[in-house]
Amino acid sequence: MSLPPMLAANPRLDRWVGFEPDGRARIAFGRMEYGQGVGTSLAQMAADELDLSMARLRIVPAATGDIPDEGLTVGSMSTEFSGPAIRAACAEVRALFTAAAARRLGCAAADLDVRDGAFLRAGQPTGLDYWSFAAEVDLARDATGEAPLKTVDQMRLIGENVPRPDLPPKVFGAAFLHDIVLPGMRHARVLRQPGPGASLKSFDEAAVRRAVPDVDILIDHAFVALICASEADAARAHAAAERAARWDHARDVAADLAEPASLKTLPHTDFAAGAPEPETSNRRRVTATYAKPYISHGSLGPSAGIARFEDGKLTLWTHNQGVYPMRALAARITGLAPADIEVIHAQGPGCYGHNGADDPPIDAALIAMRRPGSPIRVQWRREDEFGWAPVGTAMLMELSAELDASGRLVDYTAEIWNTAHTGARGTAVAESALSGYVDPGPQPMRLMPDGSRFSGGLLNVIPSYDIETTRTVEHVIFPPPVRTSSLRSLGGAPNTFAGESFIDELAEIAGQDPLAYRLAMVSEPRGRDVLQTLSKMCNWPHRGFPGSGKGLGLGYDRHRNRAGFVACAAQVEVDQDVRLIRMWCAADAGLIVNPDGAKNQIEGGMIMAASWTLKEQVKLGGAGITSTTWDDYPILRFSEVPTIEIELINTRDPRPLGIGELSQGAAMAAIANAVAHALGARIRDLPMTRDKIAAALLA
Amino acid sequence: MPKTIAFQLNGRPASVEVDATALLLDVLRGDLRLMGARFGCGAGQCGACAVLVDGASVAACATEMGNLAGKSVVTVEGLGTPDEPHPLQAAFLELQAGQCGYCLSGILIGAAALLRANPDPSRAEIAKALDWHLCRCGVHNRVMDAVALAAKRIRAGAPA
Ligand code: FES
Ligand code: FES
Repeated sequence: MSLPPMLAANPRLDRWVGFEPDGRARIAFGRMEYGQGVGTSLAQMAADELDLSMARLRIVPAATGDIPDEGLTVGSMSTEFSGPAIRAACAEVRALFTAAAARRLGCAAADLDVRDGAFLRAGQPTGLDYWSFAAEVDLARDATGEAPLKTVDQMRLIGENVPRPDLPPKVFGAAFLHDIVLPGMRHARVLRQPGPGASLKSFDEAAVRRAVPDVDILIDHAFVALICASEADAARAHAAAERAARWDHARDVAADLAEPASLKTLPHTDFAAGAPEPETSNRRRVTATYAKPYISHGSLGPSAGIARFEDGKLTLWTHNQGVYPMRALAARITGLAPADIEVIHAQGPGCYGHNGADDPPIDAALIAMRRPGSPIRVQWRREDEFGWAPVGTAMLMELSAELDASGRLVDYTAEIWNTAHTGARGTAVAESALSGYVDPGPQPMRLMPDGSRFSGGLLNVIPSYDIETTRTVEHVIFPPPVRTSSLRSLGGAPNTFAGESFIDELAEIAGQDPLAYRLAMVSEPRGRDVLQTLSKMCNWPHRGFPGSGKGLGLGYDRHRNRAGFVACAAQVEVDQDVRLIRMWCAADAGLIVNPDGAKNQIEGGMIMAASWTLKEQVKLGGAGITSTTWDDYPILRFSEVPTIEIELINTRDPRPLGIGELSQGAAMAAIANAVAHALGARIRDLPMTRDKIAAALLA
Repeated sequence: MPKTIAFQLNGRPASVEVDATALLLDVLRGDLRLMGARFGCGAGQCGACAVLVDGASVAACATEMGNLAGKSVVTVEGLGTPDEPHPLQAAFLELQAGQCGYCLSGILIGAAALLRANPDPSRAEIAKALDWHLCRCGVHNRVMDAVALAAKRIRAGAPA
């Protein structure tokens, strides 16, 4: 039997599971908890396969060396990929122990059952449990993958609403990396180089010392750090340093590069795939262009990190998406061997992809290596997180379709422009300030297992329907005008916004109801199920007339065109602004480990998608990003959030399909289609602000 | 010039030697090591640092110590503890009203201030009272449900 890939990469069973003298089981996995509940889901799976109660588990805190290397925690794939690994490892451990217990008891393994770690025979205690003979079962061996996983009806904890163990500390006090205080810790801030080519022309150190007399000023090439006894002093020193520095060759980004239309003017590489260009025919051809601007991750807490360099060894504390990738990044930038770097994970604010989290630990490491001994804590400012963390790329989507005589969609072309969705992975903003920095150029393309190029831009670029002929052209812009990297769903949600807006436009041209038009193109029963469930939830048949100021719209996709199925609807009222009244979601994400946690993720994704659709756009200018406060970058607030109903279907399918990004595209599309229904006019470029509403009505 | 500022902190007398212009958030997190009030923006725009001052919710990142002499300050640590949670804290955990949780301590404070002034708030009143607070994970609806649940329990006599 073949091993799940994460288990194949980390095959030793004792990397995942162990039994500790205090009657608990040690469980280690390589996924980072950042508020999405993955730690709880994975623990549930482990406990279920081992037949333990949750209270018996001790989850190993994430640190290099202590947990299996599972790379980054990204792409809504933790339960889908890490889940099978942890389940297979635990099932095998349970089988090894059951076999050993059977030998001791002189019975068949099949006669034994496990309840909270104790072995039962015909329902009676045998006096044996995992701990009583743990020493006899050697887990320092490679997994074979031969132990069967539990079937759905054998599961006890998978499918239950287990509460999240990481939540209580967060409502009572200290809980985050930001709250860690180490003995002798110093607080530092970095004066950011205004663009990668900028050099420090002059720096008035005396002026900074007048503000904070005992500041330690570190200047190395264009890397300037202020190191102080307290966070408040570091803030004052930084403010003084901003006035004290003069730069040459500061970057000057044109403000209109913030508009997605500008992508077409930038240098790019083109990738075409799919069917050849269509022959000329007398079929009806329709085209439309949609746009989504640069979007900030907008984590609620600016990122932080701590570093200590002592005796040639570097220790980093991070709240990023993976301790091993952090170690690789730190090793590359500092020149230390990975073996000399330890990375410890702590909780942080939600990141939703590659936000600023990788950066402060690198800032801190660069300082710590030049100031060995004391732990150095770097807390980014709000302005740093908005201004220097990577943002999600802008996208421009030109869609064309051919309809047959009945109005059915038979030929579909998607031509998109974007920067690489994962472009800034494995980089830190501080790098370019160091001497000897060489711009690495475009990142090597990531290849999929089948050898094709991985492009986040192409996720869901073709809508999830039965369409005879499709083709795509992707224009990847390099260099991007601003640092871009992974943002929740990559191109998936924006593509579904565009594709599903377009489908509504095609339905209108075909003179058909948008739901009926879609159902005629979905043969997959699970897709039909979510659409039909949604239709009942939102009372679709009573949708009302277009242009009344009130609208109901829907959106549908299959996540990454291969995983879960989702349909969302939105009810809106539009006058000067869009008001979201209600939203609904029907989702089939396969096996649901924790239904309450899944609903929390789906709803959060819908609210974030609503915020993107209605409000958000990064503004550019000067050295880079000019929208550096919450006033410049509004997000959806309490009074703007709709009520939301979610229905999960097919939750006992044996395969989990991923939840974290599932709802976003369908939610964006549902809102766009509801707004178009309310206005009787369509807004094709996001965000749907007052100006865009007025313009759509005048057009 | 540092001076001694005496105030009530979570029901106990406290005093610190700081400049009158020092910010309450820096003093809480730096000098007093109370980490419940969180740094989110430093500009009064997100609500992550909210604390009660004489019962009203304020931004600790924008409150100078000089204004606090003799006042009562309550942080999320002063609302309740794991053993004796405030009804709000209990309701938030019961409804799992959180994802990353970074916004929660400020929201709990904002909700506590609301329930003092209005023990039976409507959903619209809860939304209005919490509108200053940002949450990027999107747990708004759960939060509003939890506040309504806690309000109901307090009205029924739960100690707050
Ligand atoms: S940190 Fe005080 S309001 Fe944002
Ligand atoms: S739970 Fe993450 S910001 Fe609110």
